[in-house]
Amino acid sequence: MSTGTTKLDVVVSDVVPVNELVTRFHFRRRDGQLLPTFSGGAHVVVEMRDGERTRLNPYSLMGSPLDTREYTISVRRDDAGRGGSLFMHSTVRPGHEMVISYPVNLFSLDLRARKHLMLAGGIGITPFMAQTAQLAADGGNFELHYTCRTASLGTYADVLKERYDRRVRLYHDDRDERIELDRLLSSQPLGTHLYVCGPSGMIGWVRDRAAALGWPAETVHFEHFAAPQPGAPFEVTLAVSGKAIRVGEQQSLLEAIEAAGVDPPYLCRGGVCGQCETNVIAHDGNFIHNDHWLSEEEHRSCKKIMPCVSRFEGRSLVLER
Amino acid sequence: MYAVNIEPHVVGPKGSALENLIDVDEHYVSEMQDRALVLAEDPLRCQSLPHMTLAGWDLLELLMEQQALGSPEHFTLTRDGDKWRWINRPLGIDDSFTFGDVSTLPYGPMEYITRQSQGDFCILDQRDGNLWMDAGMVTTQADWSLDFDIGMNFFEWHAPVPLAHEKGIFTRALKFLTNIQQGKPARRLNWTMTINPRLDTSPENYHKWGPDRTTVTPENVGDKVHLRVELQSFWRLPRSNGIVFPIRCYLIKMDELVTQPIWARRLHRVIRDLPEELANYKGLSRYRATLVEWLSKLDDGSPTSAGFGA
Repeated sequence: MSTGTTKLDVVVSDVVPVNELVTRFHFRRRDGQLLPTFSGGAHVVVEMRDGERTRLNPYSLMGSPLDTREYTISVRRDDAGRGGSLFMHSTVRPGHEMVISYPVNLFSLDLRARKHLMLAGGIGITPFMAQTAQLAADGGNFELHYTCRTASLGTYADVLKERYDRRVRLYHDDRDERIELDRLLSSQPLGTHLYVCGPSGMIGWVRDRAAALGWPAETVHFEHFAAPQPGAPFEVTLAVSGKAIRVGEQQSLLEAIEAAGVDPPYLCRGGVCGQCETNVIAHDGNFIHNDHWLSEEEHRSCKKIMPCVSRFEGRSLVLER
Repeated sequence: MYAVNIEPHVVGPKGSALENLIDVDEHYVSEMQDRALVLAEDPLRCQSLPHMTLAGWDLLELLMEQQALGSPEHFTLTRDGDKWRWINRPLGIDDSFTFGDVSTLPYGPMEYITRQSQGDFCILDQRDGNLWMDAGMVTTQADWSLDFDIGMNFFEWHAPVPLAHEKGIFTRALKFLTNIQQGKPARRLNWTMTINPRLDTSPENYHKWGPDRTTVTPENVGDKVHLRVELQSFWRLPRSNGIVFPIRCYLIKMDELVTQPIWARRLHRVIRDLPEELANYKGLSRYRATLVEWLSKLDDGSPTSAGFGA
């Protein structure tokens, strides 16, 4: 059976520019009903129909899980990306009818934690918006450290400061403010869980330091929001469905497979959930693995690929799809 | 030997156990009274670790919504923000409470609603790529103990199951279950056999029901031996991101089962051909030969269908 998600028919109820890079989108159900309840850290996959092309991008839900009249997401414009964020910024307006997935949580709070220590970088703040709202409503113990390039690009920094005051600490790159990570990680009470969401360099740094300072791996939670990267076009043969496809420069392999009418299961479209894992039958060339799902050994084996984020360079690639 | 019989948990034929996703049937009141008796004797049949309260509220919402949807003549749920009113006519309950505030209910949310819902319920916390048996209401079980399993992960509580670990069944099942999505519940059936129509066959009460297995004779098979079918469903819980796993038990005695000749034929072949390890695990060994002999007289050798259904 398919393990994908159920879809929701929504209408864009508001579009709010937040700063020069980030715009917030509000969705309500077209039938006027409440949206499904979700948990802090959940994302939805937004279907963007752009002429001939359909893009499916995951975005964290950033509203309070206690209010399901609407869902809100914040989209950072990525001028060098594959066009999903540009489509959202330039085309989507209030009243647009769109389709989104049911919420899926791959970055869940560990509710056993006596304290939740959260580290956000840039647009990685969005899942923490929902998680802090969820925890605050129930008297939860949390502390948020948020780094941004400049004060004006500190998306929702003002909102968070106002809501949670001293539980939020801001760091601005342009003022040379840095998280004193080792001090922070060394001074937490027993039972603290650590959450990090931001650029992959930041996630790697925090995970490395936490491991070096003796944090058990199961207390360190992270979410990579690895958007598929553009790259050189390549040809693929889908052995099961008997199709030959071409993956365009701005297209992911998963999108190209879907465009050919084949529907592999997916949840995150960001290389972490494992749903779209695909067996390689034959290849002549090199894999560009960008996922966080397969082990390094599996990457080296050239027997599997995650088509949502990974690509291929070379003469031929045959997949079991 | 083991069938991968997982399918989407969607509504089935009217009048069947699948007419509603949470089945309420004619045994409702007696099963709830049976549960209250078991709990009075052994309160540890209901446990919820401290971090599972939110999941308990998720379960309360799910069971109230589904029971009210399926049996509006018996149950009514009225919601105004977090002010909820729950009417349960068969049990004479009419409670108003604040959703999320444990002080407004007579029990914790999981215990409150599972004292009013047929079947056992295990709530599994999802973390570290595994599922953890961190809460449950278990009074109608086939020889396993919540008190023993509480806090265990998926592999730990399944450790006693024979032959399945080697086949990688639990690794694949865990992968499937951790990917269960909100709004897309799944189900499977499990089975064993029980002597006398007893819901509570727990290890805690083994002294009460275990010896019954020695009382099966060719004369009383039809009345004493029951096929026990568990309808297990799997649901993602929205606020806690946990999974709830209701296990609903149905019993049918052999005399009733064999009124359908095709069922009699099939059950004969299944019991006869079951690997020894599974027969031991299911606790059939002491009366298996007697049962097979009794059923064999109802098997004329004609074919049965290949799959589910008649």
